[in-house]
Formats: sequence, structure tokens, C-alpha cells
Amino acid sequence: MSGDDASPRDAGYDDWLDALAAGDGYYLACENGHGSLPPRRVCPHCGSSALSEVDLPDSGNVETFTVVHVAAPSFVDDAPYVTAVVDFGDVRLTGVVRDVAPEDVTVGTAVGVDVGTKTTDGERLVVFHPR
Amino acid sequence: MNGVRVAGVGLTKFGRHSERTGRDLFAEAALHAMEDAGVPRDDVEGLNYGNFMGALAEHQGHQAPLMAEAAGLTCPATRYEEACASAGVAAREAVKSIRSGEADVILAGGMERMTNLSTAATTEALAIAADELFEVRQGMTFPGAYALMARAYFETFGGDREDLAHVAVKNHANAVSNEYAQYQREITVEEAMESVPVAEPLHLFDACPITDGASALVFVSEAYAETHDIDAPVAVVGTGQGSDNLALHDREHLAQTPAATRAAEMAYDEAGIGPDDVEVAEVHDCFTIAEVLALESLGLYEPGEAIGAARRGETTRDGRLPVNLSGGLKAKGHPVGATGGSQIVELTRLLRGDHPNSDVVPDARVGVTHNAGGTVASAVVHVLEVAE
Ligand SMILES: [Zn+2]
Repeated sequence: MSGDDASPRDAGYDDWLDALAAGDGYYLACENGHGSLPPRRVCPHCGSSALSEVDLPDSGNVETFTVVHVAAPSFVDDAPYVTAVVDFGDVRLTGVVRDVAPEDVTVGTAVGVDVGTKTTDGERLVVFHPR
Repeated sequence: MNGVRVAGVGLTKFGRHSERTGRDLFAEAALHAMEDAGVPRDDVEGLNYGNFMGALAEHQGHQAPLMAEAAGLTCPATRYEEACASAGVAAREAVKSIRSGEADVILAGGMERMTNLSTAATTEALAIAADELFEVRQGMTFPGAYALMARAYFETFGGDREDLAHVAVKNHANAVSNEYAQYQREITVEEAMESVPVAEPLHLFDACPITDGASALVFVSEAYAETHDIDAPVAVVGTGQGSDNLALHDREHLAQTPAATRAAEMAYDEAGIGPDDVEVAEVHDCFTIAEVLALESLGLYEPGEAIGAARRGETTRDGRLPVNLSGGLKAKGHPVGATGGSQIVELTRLLRGDHPNSDVVPDARVGVTHNAGGTVASAVVHVLEVAE
């Protein structure tokens, strides 16, 4: 589970993460305005197969969060850390909130989204920063 | 449609059996269930076996035939996996087989061996019930997921950590007399409040323990019970199942569990009852907040109302609707793949009068079990009734 080049890619997910890291974050939307994350062949809400990539808004709001003290081995050197669910309108993302003390995170905090790496093993993850 | 009865039940003591193999744990529960039922092993037509993380904990895949062998059975055996709802699904499929006339006798249950792993390895193993790409890789743990739901609940409906502490205190008190429970001891609200944080706002005493154990049930058709003179007073009169998006963030509400609502509606319809008819319930309290969500999804409380149920004394043993008289997952323990079966075992014992807490509900005739997988992306509900 190291972050070396031998880690196999997950098509769809890693492509999405690459785009997010490049500042070109997106989500998938059907014609009915339902958001979802790749890889997807159909909209999980209505079954539509007409999915297109839509720019992820620059900013979202923390909808809920937790301060994780007991971490899995792959996060042990990152703990304690804040995992949050952030609302970006048509879609929500789960990621780790950084650059803010855990006690200063509140529901409603406005955050931007980026890709960071874990202290534990250098693997990539979704990172939120207060705006 | 053939009626289904619970003819026999079996459990291992839940707790720390780190050196005992899965096959030994399941065999103990299965043999108890067959003995309790008085059903000869040659009459068992199928084994429906629940297990979640055996490939990680024991490096053992393909467990169902192994477990049949351990229980002395030669019938077809199938493993069911829906995370913490595995045994609930295994039981539901048994009920469906018997109803359809496909079989007269099915052994269902489950097993999980967990304490042979370190706490860190168990944390990693349990997390695989969540979405690997969009949750686990972002640091979501099993307690973390329920912590996200707990904070969302507080934000939406109100309530606080002390309300949750009362759920833990209640369930520990219920477990004292249950010989199968992992923690047969009481705790106080202060102890729960002051325990170490695991994933805030949840602390250690909001969480179920890590548990080894197994559960088993012998389900039979009414016709079989009659012809073979089997004493099986408890009937399964409703079964329901629901699914939801695997990732919590993909759900419309973060503090509601509609998969369980769908499962409950299905089970109530079959049973011809409504939530008001439920007299006793065993629900999936892997974390204290999970009991609150369960009671609301079952329609026993309106959304936002169950948070104070334990604190107000409504779901305690002397309350109007006793919940988790077994001690629940919180105090009885949570061997993940066995839990759904153990809930039906405990409710059957409560209803037929041979549970240490049966005297709390001496006149109860109708009870429900609620078994959930992950953050309730899977839910199974059963309605049990004392037959006329
Ligand atoms: Zn759609």
C-alpha cells in the first residue's frame, strides 16, 4: 500500500482526482440535474445514461464532520484528522479538512477543494481548505 | 404461502475468543440451535450463513461449506454478505425459501471472528463496508461514518452527547442478566460522557465493542412443526429488506436511514401490523446514534423524536417500549456477520419466555428486529409474533 508508481490506477476515479488536482474538478450530471461521481454509466437517481461532466463549484459548505482519533493503519500518522462531507450543490464530497484547527471547523464552514497526500503513506486524497 | 416458525435458537457467548476458530464458534451455535429445535440434522435442507470479514480475519474464503461441515450438515450451504446485515439477510432468505415451499427446514445464522486482529486492523477491515474510493480513501472509518450522521442529526433535529449516553447506559443495564452478553455490567452517564473520543462527537462508550461470536436459528414450516410435533411458538410473520446508496454523501438526508424504512414497511405489510403494534424491539445499535436512527426509520418515533427516548425512560426496561433488552450491540457485542441472527435469537427467547429479561415483557406478543449494514446501505427487518 505504498504511493509508488506500482499502485494500480482506478480508471474514472484517478482521472477525476487528476482533474481535481489540476484545478479542473468536475462531477457528472444527468439532464434532470442529478449530480454523481465517476465512474458512472447511469445516473444513480433516475437511470439516465446521458451523463456529462460539469465543473465543480470552487467552494462548498461543510454539512457534517468528525474528528477521527482512532484511525485505520493507512491513516495512523495523519490522526487526529477531520473528515467532512461538503455540499457543492448538486453533489457532495467526502474529504479531509486541513489548514484549520479541528475545534475551528463548524457546520457551514466554506471550503475549497484540492488533492493532497497523506502523511502516513503518501497516497492521494480529497482535501478541503477553509476559504 | 407456508407459515414459518422459529424452532430452535443458538448462540455462543459473545466476547473475546481470539484463539477460537470461526468453524468452532459457528458449530457451537448451530449445534445448540438444532438441539433446541429437536430437529435431526438430516432434515436440514439448507444452510444460510452470514459472514462479513472472514477473508481478512481468518484468510478464509468459501466459508459456507466449511461451516456446514463443522455443524455436521451435508446440505447445500451458501454464504450471505451485506456487512453487518449479513445474518439478517441469511435469515430472510431462509424465511423466503420456506414460505415458497422450496424447503421445510433451514439453518440460518452467522459468525464473525474479530479479536484475533489488532484494533487498527479491525478498524481497517470494518471500513470496507463503506465506499472504498470516495469514503475509505478519504479517511472514513466505521465510527467516523456514524459520527458524521450523529453531527448531522444534532444539526437537523437537536440533541446532544448526553442523550446518546443514556442509550449506552440503558443497553448496558439490559445486558447484566444476559449470559451471552460481552459486557454484563452497568455503566453511568458520567462514564460514557468522559470516555475517550473515537470519532467526535462519538466517544468510546458510544461504540459497540469488537466481538467474536456466532448465532444460529432453525426455521421450519408450520406443516413440519405440526407433523414432527415441534414446539415452536414464535412465528416469523414479516420480513423486509432495503438498500441505499453505499456512500453516505450520496443520500438525500445524512441523518435518516430510508433503507430501513423501506424494509420496515415491507415487513409490517406482510405481518398486517403497524408501528403501534410493536411491543418490544431489538435494533442495530452499533453506535448509540444508530439506535436513534433505527427507532425513527421503524416508524416507532417521528424523525427528530427518538434522540431523547432513552433519557425520557420510554425505551428502558420499565418504559412503554423496551428496546434492546438483550443489551443490544452496544453491550451484548457485535460479531458483525452473526448479529442479525442473534437479534432474532434474542427476540425469540424474549417472546417465548426463556430470556432472562422475558419477565420485563411478560405479555408481549409482537416484536421486531432491525439489522443494518454499513451506514444502513442495507437493512433487514423481521416481525416476530407469538402464534395463537
Ligand atoms: Zn438523474
